[in-house]
Amino acid sequence: MGRLIAIVIILATIGLVIIGTLWPIPTAAAYAGETSGPAHSWSSPQASVQSLAHDIARHHWAPAYASLENKGEFNEQDLIRDLNGAQFSLRTFADLESFRVRPLHESDDRAEMQLQMHWSTVVGNFDDTRDVAVVRSGDRWKPVWPIVKEPRVPPQVIPVNYLRWDVIYRGGGDDWAAQDVESPHVRIVDMHPVERAAGVVVMGELLNEDVVPAYVHVRATLMAKSGKAIGSEVSFDRISHLLLPKQVTPFFILFPNAALSDVASIRMEPTATLVAASADPVIEIQNQKLNPMPTPSLTGALVNQSGQVVNIAHVLGTFYDKTGQLVWVADRYIDRALMPQVPVSFSIPIPQDLAGKISTERAVVSTYSQNNDL
Amino acid sequence: MRYRLTFLPALLGCGAWLALAPPATAQTGNLHLPATVVAGSGFTVQTSGSGPATLYITGTGAAVRRQVQLGDPVSFAAGDLDIAGHYVAFLEEGGATDVKEFDVVPAPRPGSLAFLAKPSRLSVDLHDGISGAVYIFDAYHNLITKPMPVSFQLSVPDAAVESRTVQSHDGAAWTQMNSSSREGAARFVATAGDVSSTRVIEQVPGDPCSLKMSAHPDGQKIALATDPIRDCSGNPIPDGTIVTFTETYDGEQTTVDVPVKKDIAQADVPAHDGARITVATGVVLGNEIRWAR
Repeated sequence: MGRLIAIVIILATIGLVIIGTLWPIPTAAAYAGETSGPAHSWSSPQASVQSLAHDIARHHWAPAYASLENKGEFNEQDLIRDLNGAQFSLRTFADLESFRVRPLHESDDRAEMQLQMHWSTVVGNFDDTRDVAVVRSGDRWKPVWPIVKEPRVPPQVIPVNYLRWDVIYRGGGDDWAAQDVESPHVRIVDMHPVERAAGVVVMGELLNEDVVPAYVHVRATLMAKSGKAIGSEVSFDRISHLLLPKQVTPFFILFPNAALSDVASIRMEPTATLVAASADPVIEIQNQKLNPMPTPSLTGALVNQSGQVVNIAHVLGTFYDKTGQLVWVADRYIDRALMPQVPVSFSIPIPQDLAGKISTERAVVSTYSQNNDL
Repeated sequence: MRYRLTFLPALLGCGAWLALAPPATAQTGNLHLPATVVAGSGFTVQTSGSGPATLYITGTGAAVRRQVQLGDPVSFAAGDLDIAGHYVAFLEEGGATDVKEFDVVPAPRPGSLAFLAKPSRLSVDLHDGISGAVYIFDAYHNLITKPMPVSFQLSVPDAAVESRTVQSHDGAAWTQMNSSSREGAARFVATAGDVSSTRVIEQVPGDPCSLKMSAHPDGQKIALATDPIRDCSGNPIPDGTIVTFTETYDGEQTTVDVPVKKDIAQADVPAHDGARITVATGVVLGNEIRWAR
């Protein structure tokens, strides 16, 4: 029996290796260094944009740049910065998971195509849609890339003198009754459970009511009528983990496949740890606007008021009804780095069925800077 | 460690003796001990009779063996028995044994205090917000169970001292104190006898009592600044406290979270005629401004 299982496993492995070699998935092919394939064709506008997208997916910047009609308007580095980010932004760590090319307009010598790129990252996906003109050049169609040049900040000195908190913890050699630094005091100021298609969602807001920074997370446990725990989940990344004094963050905890009718009570456990932190950078959120149906969203722009480059920013939106009750919490990572004083737009989608209830919103930003170890 | 090694052979000897010795026979007058001995102090054991004998003293964490000459007093120096507890003395002479029990009690004078003060940081003006617990030990780290007065004092510079005196019970005394209305590092001192222990309690300002901002034109922007922010006791709000300015205009909103610096928070927002500007920190709302040039 054991020998039979071993033979089956060996045969299955050989079979999978053959299948993977003959028909590799695009990601595997890219990792294996496969270059041009049957997808590379410049004979039609659509095929031309598809070929370009394939090169972008594989980070084959040189052939991608070489295939463009408007090479004279920018150099290869500009193209890389446009698609891959310049300052270790989310784009730098993103993979083009899939793309879609949709014809918008076509004539004998010129066509308009829409390239929808679906990028994946460890913190979720983001989409980038470009309208690409394609022009005929001899027997080839060449894309005209709509370059988005990342703005460059002129050399300057920006004085920053915001606060920074350092912490000295109790040492191992201290006396038994010696004091330790007190953990920050945080408080849940709002909590609201709802049932959605994905399961039960527990949302709320957490306030740091202390005078020191806190690293926070929230754990929720659904309790059944019998007193047994149905499940326990944490806010993970749908919270602003670093809370400065008197700062408020929303949190969002999802219990997949749970039903609110089974829940008798919810046990909330906010946790706060005293950490070293800096009040820098300060991010202004400009032009926040609630956009109505059919694609309800919160849009706005982030402006980094400090001198430090913010590599990755995370916007969390809290949405309230007319009475001020919490309705929804949504978030979005920003795919471009925040350069000093340069606005970067964002859009956070809102569920359509909740859009009608939402009257006001509040947005907060948490940031990650590579050069800041705090 | 040194102590344990020194007494290990004696402890083993006592154990072996307890296991193998014949039942004690009544031989009154061989061993005369005080009923109590103060921990760490010297004492003398009187013996009667004649000839050589072995004296074993065993008790909580200590064991002593001495070769003695019956009829002579046996002296123990200060520090020979410094662990408080119940002890048993065995005087063994040939097959006969005299057994006496006595107690080593803690020294009456406190030698050190273990002072637990919680929390190390709290808001001003909190009733019973600070708790202090003291365990009183003698110089040899024995818990002094005899009741004695323990005083607790909480003081902030330029403010009245809050003090309480509590009688200890079973070696412990505890109290609760109010935080004062002034911010700053408060000295929390517990004193028993001549010994005291100090902890520092950081008293921090409470929530802002009122939050008021003003606005001034600054080119294409509006310069917003709060008045100095203070709590209800007049203490300035600590630097780094986040203040949120929100500007609403034509269905759009601009927010900026800025930290307080030198008692005030400042930010610039885009200048729009008719814009509504609000300010808040934590759950405290401030005033509202309608901007018009």
